Amino acid sequence: MLIYTLKRLLQAIPTLLIVITISFFLMRVAPGGPFDGERQLPPEIEANLMAAYHLDEPLPMQYLRYMGNLLQGDFGPSFKYKDFSVTELIMQGFPVSLEIGGLAILLALLVGLPLGIAAAIKRNSTVDYVVMGTALTGIAVPNFVLAPIFALVFGVLLGWLPAGGWNGGALPNLVLPVVALSIQQIAYIARMMRASMIEVLGSHFIRTARAKGLNEGEVIWRHAIRPALLPVMSYLGPAIAGIITGSVVIEQIFGIPGIGRYFVQGALNRDYTLVMGTVVFYGVLIVLMNLIVDLLYSALDPQIRYDD
Amino acid sequence: MSKLQLPRTLFPLSALALATSLMASPALAETLNIGVQGELASFDTSQVSGGVWESQVLMDVYEGLLKESPDGELLPGMATKWEVSDDGKTYTFHMRDDAEWSDGKPVTAEDFVFGWQHLLAPENASKYAYMLYPVVNAEAVNTGDKPLDALGVESLDDGKTFKVHLDHPTPYFLQLLIHYTTYPAPKHLVDKYGKDWVKFDHIATNGAFKPVDWVSQSKISVEKSPTYYDAKDVSLDGVNYFTVEDRNSGISRFRAGELDVLTDYPSSRYQWLTDNLPDATHMSPYLGSYYYVLNNRDGSPTADKRVREALNLAVRREVLSKQIMAGSFKASTAMVPPGVSHYDTQHMDLGSDDMDDRMARAKKLLKEAGYGPDHPLDLRLRYNTSDEHKKIAIAVAAMWKPLGVNVQMINSEATVHYQTIQQGDFDVARAGWIADYNDAENFLTLLHTGVGNNYGAYSNPEYDKLMDQAAQTQDLDERENVLEKAENVALDDYAFIPMLTYVTRNLVSPKLEGWEDNVKDNHPSRWVHFSE
Repeated sequence: MLIYTLKRLLQAIPTLLIVITISFFLMRVAPGGPFDGERQLPPEIEANLMAAYHLDEPLPMQYLRYMGNLLQGDFGPSFKYKDFSVTELIMQGFPVSLEIGGLAILLALLVGLPLGIAAAIKRNSTVDYVVMGTALTGIAVPNFVLAPIFALVFGVLLGWLPAGGWNGGALPNLVLPVVALSIQQIAYIARMMRASMIEVLGSHFIRTARAKGLNEGEVIWRHAIRPALLPVMSYLGPAIAGIITGSVVIEQIFGIPGIGRYFVQGALNRDYTLVMGTVVFYGVLIVLMNLIVDLLYSALDPQIRYDD
Repeated sequence: MSKLQLPRTLFPLSALALATSLMASPALAETLNIGVQGELASFDTSQVSGGVWESQVLMDVYEGLLKESPDGELLPGMATKWEVSDDGKTYTFHMRDDAEWSDGKPVTAEDFVFGWQHLLAPENASKYAYMLYPVVNAEAVNTGDKPLDALGVESLDDGKTFKVHLDHPTPYFLQLLIHYTTYPAPKHLVDKYGKDWVKFDHIATNGAFKPVDWVSQSKISVEKSPTYYDAKDVSLDGVNYFTVEDRNSGISRFRAGELDVLTDYPSSRYQWLTDNLPDATHMSPYLGSYYYVLNNRDGSPTADKRVREALNLAVRREVLSKQIMAGSFKASTAMVPPGVSHYDTQHMDLGSDDMDDRMARAKKLLKEAGYGPDHPLDLRLRYNTSDEHKKIAIAVAAMWKPLGVNVQMINSEATVHYQTIQQGDFDVARAGWIADYNDAENFLTLLHTGVGNNYGAYSNPEYDKLMDQAAQTQDLDERENVLEKAENVALDDYAFIPMLTYVTRNLVSPKLEGWEDNVKDNHPSRWVHFSE
């Protein structure tokens, strides 16, 4: 298991290297630069800026400089947010996105899994139709519609919760963004759990368990749920990586200082270092989450073993 | 996942209950909460990127030689009085005795000398350094051709007097002195901490407020500075500037009472806001022009004056203003918007008010220029991505349609848009200009030959001559005449398509006093207070 983990981590290095290299050059191919804007800068000022950020050097040289700094854990200064380094921005934003995203996933699991299981057990019943109908609506209504409605209803009309703002992560400020972020996930997880549960309930070993005389509760709890969780598990890896790196929509609507918007802002501003920083960070997270999921697989399914 | 957070989610119901009780706790009585469109780039004014929202924070924490009243009039700031030499090229400022940085150190002329050198130092790569180019040797210092101390500024009488030498008389120079590029920098801190002087452990400012907290992308908090010379007259204890990128959610937060001021509400909500929040909805003229650049370069159909005139004639500006933009822009037929000091608004000659006459004339002009049913005029219209720009572009294309003009609309994000039009790859392009300082020259320079922001490469020697003459003219009335003549040269050439002037759009709590609409949309928080 330990050797397997180490092997996977080593394999991640070339993957990340390729991701970083491709992103670095793709970013430079994009038209426009970090200092292009509504006001054209006098050439002498543009020259000062290019020199200050080493953009006047040949591209391969810039690449080597970037990789050198990266190896020392230095993502460089942001071109746009001058009082912060990219590392500071990520370190300030990530805990926020982690908190919102983590809570949303947790909420999604707590609500989505039981709903999915219930729908599977009561297949083709009213319960099933209601749960799946609601889930479909949850998937169909996008965040950017739901979030402003939440803010309007609970923040403005009812006045129960803040309509936006972070306020240092105070509880009232968390509720709406977490719920808004989790709705779609609840829907996905419920649907996935239902499908996989139905498949498992129809398999031979469940029939055997029933034939042994186990009651239905035991069959479901002891035998069906664990294997049924596998597809949800493999969905969760990348989903968690995606959700804890922030949602630009939720962050903008509720004014939350997560890192999601850096992906978009960085790209739009041609803030090269910020884009690279977020890409590397996201890349590492994806690799880690996939590894964790694979390791959890073996815990859930005895047929999967990582011995070598 | 952080383990600490787990219990919170396990009890969503108790969370809701707690939320409701927490909401009831009152906020600090005299803290102003402002929703701004974007985030400040830096508290080092040499590093500011130029967003209009950045000056809101900076004008509260810093003060230049001059400052502004609530309605935008110039008032003495760090300088109590000043003299201008007869040739208009030397300004002598007498510094305030009781001015201090927020760490208690005195603010002296030395800090201004240092601040201006700091802005122009090539290694600081300041985007806005050119604002100080009227100062002797400023450009050479900025390019590294001359040392910093060659800059035409002096600290005299132990820092009590600040003297500025200009290359040529610059009638708008005093207007420049409220711009953040002319603020002082705390030399003692920069010497001690280098670039880290802006970190919150070290920073000191000389304005009515000092920064105390910054959560990137969320809010900046400042509190009243006890060392500010006028602190006793500053009513607010603090200000929070919330970054509100989504304007509609900003309206929700304003309605929920979380914001006292929301800057730049979406124009599409104007009608709804005036119906539902009439006391809070502000709209007033702004020193900004929204226009279409016409490519004057050879090879583009718009290089032909007849085409330019025809396109201008067919644009129904009142329709754009009232119907397309729901009254949230004003129609314009000039480059310099109304409200600019020492300037009368000029107008492009569009002949008749009757649209049928204008369209007939436009058709005739296009026919003379060789366009007609067999040879339709094809134009590439570029605009940067935004709902407003898109609506206007569609409307304008429809207005040109009866002339037989085929418009190919190309939209791109702002970065790409401006790079493309700077290279001249367009026929018609959307552009806008918000004044850096209240002077007509700031707008008219956009049509001067060879200036970077002259995207359409318009060039007329007569125009350039008048602009150069204005730069040398000290008498304000005479200068006004020359600048107005210059604008008329460009308007007679139909050099561009004037369309709209910007308006300021703010939601302001009716509880606030000392907050006034003004053409620069500057609202220093030091004048603001809550009514009882």
